[in-house]
Amino acid sequence: MGEVIVITSGKGGVGKTTTTANVGTGLAQLDKKVVMIDTDIGLRNLDVVMGLENRIVYNLVDVIEEKCRLKQALIHDKKYPELYLLPSAQTRDKDSVSPEQMVALINQLREEFDYILLDCPAGIEQGFKNAIAGADRALVVTTPEVSAVRDADRIIGLLEANEIKQIDLLVNRLRMDMVKRGDMMNVDDVTDILAVNLIGAVPDDEHVVISTNNGEPLAGNNTLAGQAYSNICKRILGEEVPFLDLDEVKGVFGKLKELFKKN
Amino acid sequence: MGLMDLFTKKKSSGNVAKDRLKLLLVSDRANCSPEMMEMIKNDIIAVISKYMEIDADALDVKITETDSDSNNGSVPALFANIPIKDIKHSK
Repeated sequence: MGEVIVITSGKGGVGKTTTTANVGTGLAQLDKKVVMIDTDIGLRNLDVVMGLENRIVYNLVDVIEEKCRLKQALIHDKKYPELYLLPSAQTRDKDSVSPEQMVALINQLREEFDYILLDCPAGIEQGFKNAIAGADRALVVTTPEVSAVRDADRIIGLLEANEIKQIDLLVNRLRMDMVKRGDMMNVDDVTDILAVNLIGAVPDDEHVVISTNNGEPLAGNNTLAGQAYSNICKRILGEEVPFLDLDEVKGVFGKLKELFKKN
Repeated sequence: MGLMDLFTKKKSSGNVAKDRLKLLLVSDRANCSPEMMEMIKNDIIAVISKYMEIDADALDVKITETDSDSNNGSVPALFANIPIKDIKHSK
């Protein structure tokens, strides 16, 4: 039986879709069979981040409305044969799907996949309710900013109220130079405030933008963000991986070197 | 970190963000609406005014955190700053 992880944040623009794409790719690299579902109906994005926008025929709403079979709507990744995308509908709205329908769909996918990743829309309305309905665990994405952390706190409260057992925190877009100057909250500050388990931190790396431009996720490649995503995927599988030392540039390269030696 | 730190030396903006968030989340989590805070404020004014003359305009009521031995060292607290204009003399 597969595990269902919702990637959510409350606030928009903190990196939910990028995280979904990279965690999906990273888990596929670890030989897991993964399906990513874009639940942001009306604002389809995961397909472009994955570089799969030209392959869409059917979408999530088509499957729910039984206009096609589930298999027909699943797009397989360019690189990894065990990685699939179920795209969202661009011209429909959030009310096209109910939480019950999402749960039924997810239960169908559970049989076949190791991991089902749900890319949640921003906000706490219908789209959010649909996305969390069938989830076993949640990955809350935030950035070290007051507004994003506040929204993350609200989301964590809602996830707990919906009895989502495991909630992990991903601190995204960390700027080491600013943290060092004291002009950005560090990972410990954010983790302490939100009081949930930290699953990883991803630096604000320009390679993330480049990878989105190209439609190729960077998980696993030779960049700081790529390594951070790989480590997060290993932690999702339950492995204990030491955190990359993002506060100290020297430490980061030292640890990266260590990583490569091990592999 | 107390309010005085703000004046004694310039804090880094990261720490400012952290302190603001801590306070913000205490009131967010307490789910205290501004209307309810206003009602609490008016009730406090009514009660205290029986005994002394207070500056109702400068009265400040907010939910904050206070140090405690239990519960990770801090608990939510209702903080009220009530400036007294004149204490009424009893005969």
